[in-house]
Amino acid sequence: MAAEGDGLAGLEVDFLGASTRALADPQLRRNFRRAMDGLMAKRAALFADPAEWTRLRALGAGIRARNLGRLPELLETLERSLIRNGMAVHWARTPLEANRIVLELLRARGATAVVKGKSMVSEEMGLNHYLAEHGIEALESDLGEYIIQLDGEMPSHIIMPAIHKNKDQIARLFSQRIKEARYTEEVDELTAMARAVLRRKFEAADAGLSGVNFAVAETGTLCLVENEGNGRMSTHVPALHIALMGLEKVVERLDEVAPLYSLLTRSATGQAISTYLNLISGPRGEGELDGPREVHVVILDNGRSRIFQDPELAATLACIRCGACMNHCPVYTRIGGHAYEAVYPGPIGAILTPQVEGVGRRHELPHASSLCGACAEVCPVAIPITHLLIRLRREAGHRLPGTSVAGAGTARSGLEALGWRVWGWVLGHPAVYRCAAWCATRCWRLLPAGLPGLRAWTRTRSRPLAARRSLGERVRRQGVPRV
Amino acid sequence: MSEARTAILAALRAAPPRGPAPAPDFAVIGEKRWDAPERVARLRRAMAAVKTEFLDAGPGDWPRVVLEWVQAERLPNLLYGPGTAEGRALAAAWPAPGPGAPRLLAYDRPVEAFKGDLFGTVAAGFTTTLGGLAETGGLLLAPGPAEPRLLSLVPPVHLALLRADRIFDTLLQAFRELGWNREPPANALVVSGPSKTADIEQTLAYGVHGPKRLVVVLIN
Repeated sequence: MAAEGDGLAGLEVDFLGASTRALADPQLRRNFRRAMDGLMAKRAALFADPAEWTRLRALGAGIRARNLGRLPELLETLERSLIRNGMAVHWARTPLEANRIVLELLRARGATAVVKGKSMVSEEMGLNHYLAEHGIEALESDLGEYIIQLDGEMPSHIIMPAIHKNKDQIARLFSQRIKEARYTEEVDELTAMARAVLRRKFEAADAGLSGVNFAVAETGTLCLVENEGNGRMSTHVPALHIALMGLEKVVERLDEVAPLYSLLTRSATGQAISTYLNLISGPRGEGELDGPREVHVVILDNGRSRIFQDPELAATLACIRCGACMNHCPVYTRIGGHAYEAVYPGPIGAILTPQVEGVGRRHELPHASSLCGACAEVCPVAIPITHLLIRLRREAGHRLPGTSVAGAGTARSGLEALGWRVWGWVLGHPAVYRCAAWCATRCWRLLPAGLPGLRAWTRTRSRPLAARRSLGERVRRQGVPRV
Repeated sequence: MSEARTAILAALRAAPPRGPAPAPDFAVIGEKRWDAPERVARLRRAMAAVKTEFLDAGPGDWPRVVLEWVQAERLPNLLYGPGTAEGRALAAAWPAPGPGAPRLLAYDRPVEAFKGDLFGTVAAGFTTTLGGLAETGGLLLAPGPAEPRLLSLVPPVHLALLRADRIFDTLLQAFRELGWNREPPANALVVSGPSKTADIEQTLAYGVHGPKRLVVVLIN
């Protein structure tokens, strides 16, 4: 059990149960199907030229590989540049350390009202909960995040956090939770209600929290991508701005942001450009009339430096958090984001979460994939997600020599190991194998459907049929010797 | 320096060294070039598609175009930055306060002395831009002492002055030519339309937190 305030690592998880419940919810499945179909179509329209896509993606992947290849050096450069620009830098190994840093900064300035722009790292930290326990209200201001905060939920998608809800559900939620709200299903009116509430909060906030999409080492620039303007409000209205970033967000030069940003907005929401790209390279400067007096950057590790040890798995850190992998995943589309019981759902979550929380504890996640490869195909920075899923499946059950994977080998099942040994032995003895094949083809149909192992399969699928004669038998009958 | 910093950097340095990676080749972006009329047309098309409005003006008469639009929209006031040449030109063309005349308000105090009005009564904000983007649409802004950061964000309407001859092909070109890739201003912005969201059922709604309307005054 992790310490209080140390992210999600201590929560009990039951992926099979959660995904089974999600599958049984037709409304949820409709909401996801509709949303994912829309996102896939919009993305495809923006990458209509395959030659441009191939080249731009190669550029993006190359930039990220180069950034990661020099990660420690770039982080030090970033720190120097941020400080030179008048910002402060804090380092946190764990979510708890990061939470304490944020709390300390807020307390030292007497800040009690905090507005937040969207930040997935703050979700990793469980920051809202931690601050609430210490008497500080951190209000989400991204519309989707605001909606789920009203309902006490976690994001179900990294870009569209409230994608699991339809507008009727949101209309009901608003009419119950917002004081002056009246019931309406008009999206424009619902949006206007949130605007009215949140404008007052922006005006009154003591501090603003935000994530970071890219942090530029050379120039000391924080790049924030958004459509709503809440990120700009959170970072420019209050006197204190605290930016939270995972340590992999660093890029070397601002030039590199141009292709990565283009890949990000097109992959994420099918937009050629977002409404705002906010480049922050300093707090309120000499002669400026607004902007934060102080900007603090918190750089979080939370397992990333461990992931970085393995040259293959380190590709996980190239991710720019566009969400295209989940939009295209047949498993995610059917079970939704909450079933993963993690901050990052979908294929990227299925490779990231087990590496952060332990591949034994989350051994089911790498199996939440048909290995169809859609995720890897659309990934704008070409992370070989399917290969990493297979690698982690293996790591869960086998402690490979020299492994750096958290919890490697701890999901080893004695029964499964025995099964494979028997299988291996049978295959190594042709006479036994032939005998087993003969029995299987003759007796398969006689097995009762209620047999425990078989029933788990046949409850939702038709029973697989064995051929009446094995291939070997049929070939031998045709007179081919020695098979 | 903190213990966490030392530990994180040590852990990262303990990883097996990576081979040298080739320098990125930006040709796929650099090849994107359009002639001047096409740059204007592309920007207009892309930004109009996300509900940006355009007013055409000449280099001499744009203050009058702005004034007439503000009057036609019956906006009670317009906030501007008095520190720029364009701001001074606007002030010079503005009518004296009187009944029915929209007021021109100067953003000339620290926001702390001004927040209530900024969030409460200001109807529109006027800013200059450093240029635009042809590839995707978008305006380039560098707020600062002359034009504060919130001028283009808090008022419900944002009027932005854009010179047609300052439209770059791509964001990469703008980063390089404006020098942002070497020495960026404390805040730099790309704005491609009015504030929007699709967080409710992927239905597009405008004006969620930032300006509800973006009006580009295009100097041809």
